[in-house]
Amino acid sequence: MAYNLKTLTQKEERITGGHRMCAGCGAPIVVRTVLRALKPEDHAVVGVATGCLEVSTCLYPYTAWKDSFIHSAFENAAATVSGAEAAYRAMAKVGKVKGTTKFIAFGGDGGTYDIGFQALSGAMERGHDMVYVCYDNEAYMNTGIQRSSSTPKYADTTTSPAGSEIPGKVQFKKDLTMIMVSHNIPYVAQSAPFRNLKDLYEKAEKAIYTPGPAFLNVLAPCPRGWRYNTPQLMEIVRLAIETCVWPLYEVVEGKFILNYKPKNKLPVVEYLKPQARFRHLFTKENEGLIEEIQKEVDRRWNRLLELCGEA
Amino acid sequence: MAIKDKLSGNEAIAVAMRQIDPDVVAAFPITPSTEVPQYFSQFVANGQVHTEFVAVESEHSAMSACIGAEAAGARTMTATSSQGLALMWEMLYIAASLRLPIVMSVINRALSGPINIHNDHSDSMGARDSGWIQLYCENNQEAYDNLIQAIRIAEHKDVQLPVMVCYDGFITSHAVENIELLEDEKVKAFIGEYKPEHYLLDRDNPISMGPLDMPAYYFEHKRAQAEAMKNAKKVILEVAQEFEKLTGRKYGYFEEYRMEDAEVALVIMNSTAGTAKFVVNQLREQGIKAGLIKMRVFRPFPFEELGKALSHVKAVAIMDKAESFSTAGGPLFTEVRSAMLDYARDTRAISYIYGLGGRDVRTDEILSVYNDLLEIIRTGQIKSTFNYLGVRE
Repeated sequence: MAYNLKTLTQKEERITGGHRMCAGCGAPIVVRTVLRALKPEDHAVVGVATGCLEVSTCLYPYTAWKDSFIHSAFENAAATVSGAEAAYRAMAKVGKVKGTTKFIAFGGDGGTYDIGFQALSGAMERGHDMVYVCYDNEAYMNTGIQRSSSTPKYADTTTSPAGSEIPGKVQFKKDLTMIMVSHNIPYVAQSAPFRNLKDLYEKAEKAIYTPGPAFLNVLAPCPRGWRYNTPQLMEIVRLAIETCVWPLYEVVEGKFILNYKPKNKLPVVEYLKPQARFRHLFTKENEGLIEEIQKEVDRRWNRLLELCGEA
Repeated sequence: MAIKDKLSGNEAIAVAMRQIDPDVVAAFPITPSTEVPQYFSQFVANGQVHTEFVAVESEHSAMSACIGAEAAGARTMTATSSQGLALMWEMLYIAASLRLPIVMSVINRALSGPINIHNDHSDSMGARDSGWIQLYCENNQEAYDNLIQAIRIAEHKDVQLPVMVCYDGFITSHAVENIELLEDEKVKAFIGEYKPEHYLLDRDNPISMGPLDMPAYYFEHKRAQAEAMKNAKKVILEVAQEFEKLTGRKYGYFEEYRMEDAEVALVIMNSTAGTAKFVVNQLREQGIKAGLIKMRVFRPFPFEELGKALSHVKAVAIMDKAESFSTAGGPLFTEVRSAMLDYARDTRAISYIYGLGGRDVRTDEILSVYNDLLEIIRTGQIKSTFNYLGVRE
C-alpha cells in the first residue's frame, strides 16, 4: 500500500497529547511516527532511557503511553528492553503470553552514543528481537545542553561553550550509525522527521517487523539547544538532509541503500545559519571553521555514496 | 525422601535454580560467582530448564535485564560478587523501588581496591540499604535452602521485594560438603507458579513503570516500600515454618547456638559461624557459658528479636567481615548495638573487624575474642570497644 500520511494519522495514537515535551521539539514526532508503524493489533513494550522524553511523558500519576512502558535508568534502556524481550520468549514457551508483543527502546543521544552505548552494543550483539531508536538531538538536553559525542564540531553547548580561545566543541560528531552497521544486525537505518514522515515511518515499520535486532538513528532537533525558532523544526530537518549533514540511508542485511539524494546539494552554511548554536562561526575571528565542517561533511557523504554504490 | 549429595555452594545454588526453573536468568561472570551461571547455562543447553539465559555484557546490564524481565512478568534470577554487585548498585535501588521480586545469589567477595578475589562481606554490606531483603548462609545447605525460600518471600503479595542470598566466596562457594536436596517436584510445589499482579506483558492491562516521581508522591512511595520490608519480617517466618515442615530444617531471623544460659556470645555471619561454633563447644567443655548468634536475616533487621536475644548475655562481641571506615565499628556492630540500647542495655558490647580480603580466621583467634569478653566480665572494664582481629598492626 502506498504511503499516505493522512490515512495513517487516522490510526489511533499510541502516545497521547498532553505530554510535556517542548513546542518545536523533534522527539515526540519521532516517537509518534515510530509507534504509528505498529500494527494496531500488536501490543508493544516501550522502554525509555532517562532523558527529556521520559521525564516529560511519564510523570506520576500520569502517563502518555498507551502501550506498556518501562523506564529504569539512563544508560540501560537497551538492556532493560532486552530483558523484557527475553521474558516474552520464555513465557511464550509455556503459553503465558497471548498475541504479538513488539519491543522498542528509545534513548536520546546521551543515553545512546555515550552512557548507554555499552548496553546498546550488548543487546544488539545478543540478537534480541527489538528496535532501538535513538532520537538524536546532539547534546544532553534534559540536563541543560551539555556536549555529547554526538554534538557536531564547533557547536556551542554549556560544556563546550564558544569562547575567545575555543570555538565550541572541538571534536567531530561520532558516527554511531556506522558503528551499529558494524554489528552486522539485520537492519540499521538513519532517518529524520522529513517532509511527510514517509522515510521514518517506513524505516520504523521495517525495523519493528524485521526479526532480530534493529537500530534507528533519527535526527530530532531541539529548539532550546540548537536555538532555532520553534516553527522552523521541519525546515531545520530539511536543511540537514539537503546539505548532506544527515543523509537518509538504510543498511539491510549488510546492503547499503541511499534513500535520498539531494538534487542540489546545499552548502552546510545554509544549515548552520538558522541555528544560534553555530552563531559564533560567522564572526571574523572564526573564519575558515565553516569550511572545515564542509570538508568533513563532504568526506563522509562521498564515502556513503561509495558504500551505497552511488558514487 | 531427601536426596543426599555432595556439592559445592555454587553447585547447590545452580541445582536449586534448575529446580526453580525461572523464566529468565541474566548474568555476567565474576569470581567467585561465575560457576553459578556456568552450571546453569549447561542446564539451559541441555534443555533441563525452560529459562532464557541472557549472557549480558556487564553486571549493570545483568540487573537491568533482570528488571526488564521481572517487570515483564517473568520469574527472574541472577548471581554476582564484589565488583559485579558494585556495578549493579544503581539498579539495585531501582529493582527494589519498582517492587520486583528478583532473586540474586551474592557470593561474598572483598571489594576493590586493592583488587582481591577472596571472601569478606564488604560487597553485600555496602548494598544493605538498597531495599533488598538479605539472607546470609553458613554453608552450602543453607545457601540451597535460603534460595528456595527466597522465591516465596520475594514474590509474596505483601512483600514484592528482591532478595539477595549471600554466602562466602570460596569457603562456601567452592568447598564441597554433604547436602540434602529436595526432589524437583517438591521444590516446584513449594515455590508455586509466579503470578504477578501487574506486568508489562499483560496486554489487556498495559502499565507504565518507572515514572518521574515528584515531591508530591515520592515520599509516600518510599514509605510503602518500607512497609513492604516490614511485612517481609512476618513472611520470612511463615515461609520458614512451611519449609521446616517439608525438610525438618529450621530457619528464623538468626540461629541461637548454645545461647540458653550464655554469658559471653558472638554475633557473626556466614561461614565463620561454623568455626566459632567449634570454639563454643570447646569452651562449654571447660564449663564456660559461651554461645553465639548467627545472623540469617540482615534486611529486614530483626531489631527487637536480636536485642532481646542478647538481653541475658553479660558481654557480646559483634563480628564484622566488612569495614565501614566510620572508625566506630562495622555495619553489623552499629545496628546490633542500636537494638541493644532498647533491649539489652546491661550487656557490654565490643566490635571486631576480621577476615578482610579472605584473611583466614583461626579457632585460636575466635578463642581470643571470647577471652576478651570473659576479661570484660571479670574486670567490669572494656579496654577497647573497636578492635581488629588477625591483622598485623
